[in-house]
Amino acid sequence: MSAPVLQVNDLRTYFHTADGPVRAVDGVSFSLERGATLGIVGESGCGKSITCLSILRLIDRPGRVEPGSSIRLGDWELLELSEAEMRGVRGNEISMIFQEPMTSLNPVWTIGDQIVEAVRLHRGFGRAAARRRAAEMLGLVGIPKPAARLDDYPHEFSGGMRQRAMIAMALACDPDVLLADEPTTALDVTIQAEILDLLAELQNRLGMAIVFVSHDLGVIAQIADRVIVMYAGQIVEQGATARLFARPRHPYTEGLLRSIPRVTGKVSRLTTIPGGVPSARRWPAGCRFHPRCPYAWERCRAAAPALLGTDRASRCWLEEEPLRRHESGEAAR
Amino acid sequence: MSERSGAPLLEVHDLVKHFPIRSGFLGRARGRLRAVDGVSLEVRRGESVALVGESGCGKSTTARLILGLLRPTAGRVIFDGQDTGQLDRAGLMRFRRRAQIIFQDPYGSLNPSLTVGAALREALQVHGLARGRAAGRRVAELLEAVGLHADDAGKYPHEFSGGQRQRIGVARALAVEPEFVVADEPVSALDVSVQAQVLNLLADLRERFRLTYLFITHDLSVVRLLADRDAVMYLARVVKLGDCEPLFESPRHPYTRALLSAVPAVDAETRRQRIALAGEVANPAAPPPGCAFHPRCPHPAKDDLCRRVAPALEGGAACHHES
Repeated sequence: MSAPVLQVNDLRTYFHTADGPVRAVDGVSFSLERGATLGIVGESGCGKSITCLSILRLIDRPGRVEPGSSIRLGDWELLELSEAEMRGVRGNEISMIFQEPMTSLNPVWTIGDQIVEAVRLHRGFGRAAARRRAAEMLGLVGIPKPAARLDDYPHEFSGGMRQRAMIAMALACDPDVLLADEPTTALDVTIQAEILDLLAELQNRLGMAIVFVSHDLGVIAQIADRVIVMYAGQIVEQGATARLFARPRHPYTEGLLRSIPRVTGKVSRLTTIPGGVPSARRWPAGCRFHPRCPYAWERCRAAAPALLGTDRASRCWLEEEPLRRHESGEAAR
Repeated sequence: MSERSGAPLLEVHDLVKHFPIRSGFLGRARGRLRAVDGVSLEVRRGESVALVGESGCGKSTTARLILGLLRPTAGRVIFDGQDTGQLDRAGLMRFRRRAQIIFQDPYGSLNPSLTVGAALREALQVHGLARGRAAGRRVAELLEAVGLHADDAGKYPHEFSGGQRQRIGVARALAVEPEFVVADEPVSALDVSVQAQVLNLLADLRERFRLTYLFITHDLSVVRLLADRDAVMYLARVVKLGDCEPLFESPRHPYTRALLSAVPAVDAETRRQRIALAGEVANPAAPPPGCAFHPRCPHPAKDDLCRRVAPALEGGAACHHES
């Protein structure tokens, strides 16, 4: 096993508002090896995007990464770097791609110039070399006639091609870590499949680690080696992808998997998780999932469970009292 | 199963919608975008039909043409035996009560300055269905039918979560006691755990109020859950039409096969061999000659005929080599 390239430890990102702190990310830890893909899955407001932005230190006031949190990239503690040093990390050692490519592509610059700027800034390439690198990257992400497309503007690209261009830009400096926040959510399903294949192929070739954030369990199942399930700012379950999806341990993961409609097999009703995602302003007391949980008992209302287990872990008292699952099993079904 | 022998509630014949492409100072049309190009389908009473396709295929435009929210370039929409293009004012008003729509974005379709109760009462009044006390009772009934509380009537849209807002959108569509409901991507904007609740609600309401549904969706798993039949659109035309089950068990049209194979599956055993499509969807302002799908088609028998002649929709699939 190689040394982790990225290690996040007890990450807490709070937003200090007049109404009190909003604990958007509340004690998230994970590590990621070179060439591996970690999937982070969860619904809106669970803290998955804020986790990515915190790693890049892109949290603005009133938000703050709380003292005691740690984000290590190789030998560096990112939370101790100066802003100038951090600018050298963003887009260079760690890159990020988003759901909407137009948020990271500048509409008044050509595609080529945007990649050229990145490699000149971070890698000190000359103009001609940077242009060659830009064309090489566009070719690598599957854009036909890349040299000719360098002088196109983002609006001249289709949605799928823009996503490819954004990936080219993100990977131009050969980063160690790529943070991908719902990069295929706005795309059609056939284009999504192409982009997922492309990311896997580029990872094979370039060896970067990927943190892939999505609300879509199917997408995560397809691309990730390991999965973190987030709920209410915390990790509620983690494990190797195939095992986690085949045998979910946390009632939230179990509920999510039961509630998605499938293309395989005809059913007429879905099993649902009652209620809605809670607000980050006031997480429920005790286990944050207990108001929606079919197994909840007094202990869940009284005390918050830790993430129990290591490699395969679940933040649930059922880990200590597994018989409860069967006792309340009837109610759950 | 629905009442399969039922008479068609909706018949769509050769529906066409071309939008002029304008440019320059005087806005002269310099071309036509074929958004919908000869779509025919029918929906029987009590049935649930899905109109499926990727973005830009013309599915939402088709829905708007059917409801009379857009005027077709050509073609006819027959609702319960009457040509909706020939209706007088009163007839049109009646049609608009009987046919309703649920939008993808519930927030964008609710007036933020009206309480939920006021919005529902307005719909009742416009169609002369209930006033005063009776309207109040009806509003309470509607909110409870979609799983909200009667006292939610006094709240404003921003006080609700996304899933609850979609329930309000459903209540508003149901307020005027429609027979036919078009649902345009009704759960695409919702969280995964909330999607299931709204999908179940739509299934329950169909039974309870004997509704006929036309679902507009890009999501094949929603099709399998809620539809009896489906029409798959590609570049302004229907390429597959018929019962849903064959779409999932033995898809024939090369596009539907590729579409199904691209759906990311959670369970490793059911993950399919993905069929890759070359290139991207063609520009509807300049559709390719012959079969619109031929530039991307992976069918081994693809030949000159595909490049020259557009296939007719025969035996449920518009393909020269699979009908």
